[in-house]
Amino acid sequence: MTKKPNPVFIFSFLSFLKRKQEKRDIHIQDRLFYFFLKGLSWSLIFLFFYMLFVIFQMSWPAFSHFGMKFFVNIEWNSWTKNFGALSLIYGTAVTSFLALLLAVPVSVGVALFLNELSPGWLARPLGFVVEMLAAVPSIVYGLWGLFVLAPVLRDYVQSFLSKYLSFLPIFQGNYYGVGMMCGGVILAIMIIPTISSICREVFRTIPEANREAVLGLGTTRWEMLKIAVLKGSSTGIIGAVIMGLGRALGETMAVTMVIGNATSIKASLFEPAQTMASILANQYAEADNELHLASLTAVGFSLFCLSLIINILALLLVWRMEKKFYPRRKNRKNNVFSIGKVKV
Amino acid sequence: MSSEKELSLDNGAVIYSYSLRDRWRKWCNYFMLGCLFLLSLIAAIPFLFIVYYVLAKGISSVNWDFFTQLPKPPGEEGGGMSNALIGSLVVVGMASLVGIPWGMGMGVYLSEYRATRTAKALRFVVDLLISAPSIVIGIFIYGFIVVRYGFSSYAGSAALLLIMLPVVAKGTEEILKMVPNHIREAGLALGIPRWKVIVRIIIPSVLSMCVTVIMLAIARIAGETAPLLFTALGNQYHIRDLSEPIATLPVQIYEFSKSGFEQMEKQAWAGAMVLVLFVFFINFFTRMFLFFYKKDKIKPFQKGK
Repeated sequence: MTKKPNPVFIFSFLSFLKRKQEKRDIHIQDRLFYFFLKGLSWSLIFLFFYMLFVIFQMSWPAFSHFGMKFFVNIEWNSWTKNFGALSLIYGTAVTSFLALLLAVPVSVGVALFLNELSPGWLARPLGFVVEMLAAVPSIVYGLWGLFVLAPVLRDYVQSFLSKYLSFLPIFQGNYYGVGMMCGGVILAIMIIPTISSICREVFRTIPEANREAVLGLGTTRWEMLKIAVLKGSSTGIIGAVIMGLGRALGETMAVTMVIGNATSIKASLFEPAQTMASILANQYAEADNELHLASLTAVGFSLFCLSLIINILALLLVWRMEKKFYPRRKNRKNNVFSIGKVKV
Repeated sequence: MSSEKELSLDNGAVIYSYSLRDRWRKWCNYFMLGCLFLLSLIAAIPFLFIVYYVLAKGISSVNWDFFTQLPKPPGEEGGGMSNALIGSLVVVGMASLVGIPWGMGMGVYLSEYRATRTAKALRFVVDLLISAPSIVIGIFIYGFIVVRYGFSSYAGSAALLLIMLPVVAKGTEEILKMVPNHIREAGLALGIPRWKVIVRIIIPSVLSMCVTVIMLAIARIAGETAPLLFTALGNQYHIRDLSEPIATLPVQIYEFSKSGFEQMEKQAWAGAMVLVLFVFFINFFTRMFLFFYKKDKIKPFQKGK
């Protein structure tokens, strides 16, 4: 006598089949289309990780040769084959910090003005101009910085600073125009549109009712901006600033042209320096030996990792901000977008 | 929060008088709002300066020779950048030939299958790649292609492709998300296969806006210099073979600007002017288009929602 199959088993098996059938598209073209798009998507994701891998592999000789000392060594000399990234990290840090110092108040102010105060006829052209700052190619910034901004800085700003503020170590020494200060100013101009556009997005997520409620308490408009807009969006603003920092770190051409290109650590902002990105632009095509190339790639790898970390941090902050005012709906899983293979 | 003092007179009238603190608040308000206005003016000034200088310094060297002649050796007058202009056209053209379908495909995936796990991962990667330093992408292409096949226009356009893909994908996603959901549901309810709903209904309804996104992406990669420095390298002459190093406009501007010869610097300014005008032309017209397009088409869509 044959053994009777377990009815529970049959039931579960059938229901499995049934569910399988329900999830399937009846049109084969739909499945093909879906897998085609999925293939395109995965190929970019794969390329991204392959990129990390390739750059790490190319920089491995430098990391294995110098070890962690690579990041604390001041010298960068291709004759003695002694490479260290500290002076580059210093140059990057100083220029980026200077850029943030100059750009953050301006860009938050622009975002506030355009979103909350200005009438439409003024907001549109002004917003266009600020957004166009992001569209100018960085080589044009570099050209402008080298031939226009640097002489202006030398003749008017740096001479003034070295005359009256030379007791500060950051304003001492000779000034040539090109140097860390010029790099910082150019970077500040370049990151204004990044920070201000994200700030505008963030301010837009704050419900109108919050503003009206605060105004209803009898505050002035500035107090309303402070209480309802700035305090509510502080997380998002920090995210925007970090995003701007990410852009400042990775900016290459403009900085390369105005920073003077000298691998040294000097306190004065007038001195020429070198950033992590600018040394790549300067020396990569003419690296003379294997170790030099590997060290340059190692700098590039650290730059990439730094920018990844910074951007992930910024994304998390901005997402948190969005979630604060628009909490995620629970039934989001069941809409038409959640399933690749729709039952039609 | 206001600290108004209420003074009741004998005849019952009530006078509101502002205290010192209220006056302080009022003037503080004016001051800060004025500061905000000034800050936004400060942000607008550099742009105007850049445009002014690029036009003023470039206009004298942009002539017919600039578009038709090869660069002259240092020290000689005249010459042009025709090799760089053609090179830029070739490299950007090859990058967009692959980048537009690939990027739009990913954008469609991000928007139409937006809650799948792949879409979440892709969105993350796209966000990271958009803000990755472009010079790092150049390093990757150097290790991936240049080490094996040498400097070539293929390597240059591969680098530009990698910069373009996330931009196109993100832009397409944003625009497809503007199409209201009931359009999709209506199409599906008629029994139309999903791919047909996407390809024949959703994409055509916003196709012109997708075109603007693509134009913006092209404008962006046309100005990229850093990844081309050590992938396309540069070339003094016209290109004969695509597997040779190729001159591109931004790289040539960079090299001319640090040459130290006055004539070459003039040429660099002229190149910068052409580049800036190209980028602004695209940006301005796409924006104007979007402005008018939104008014006509998308709003009635959303009213019915």
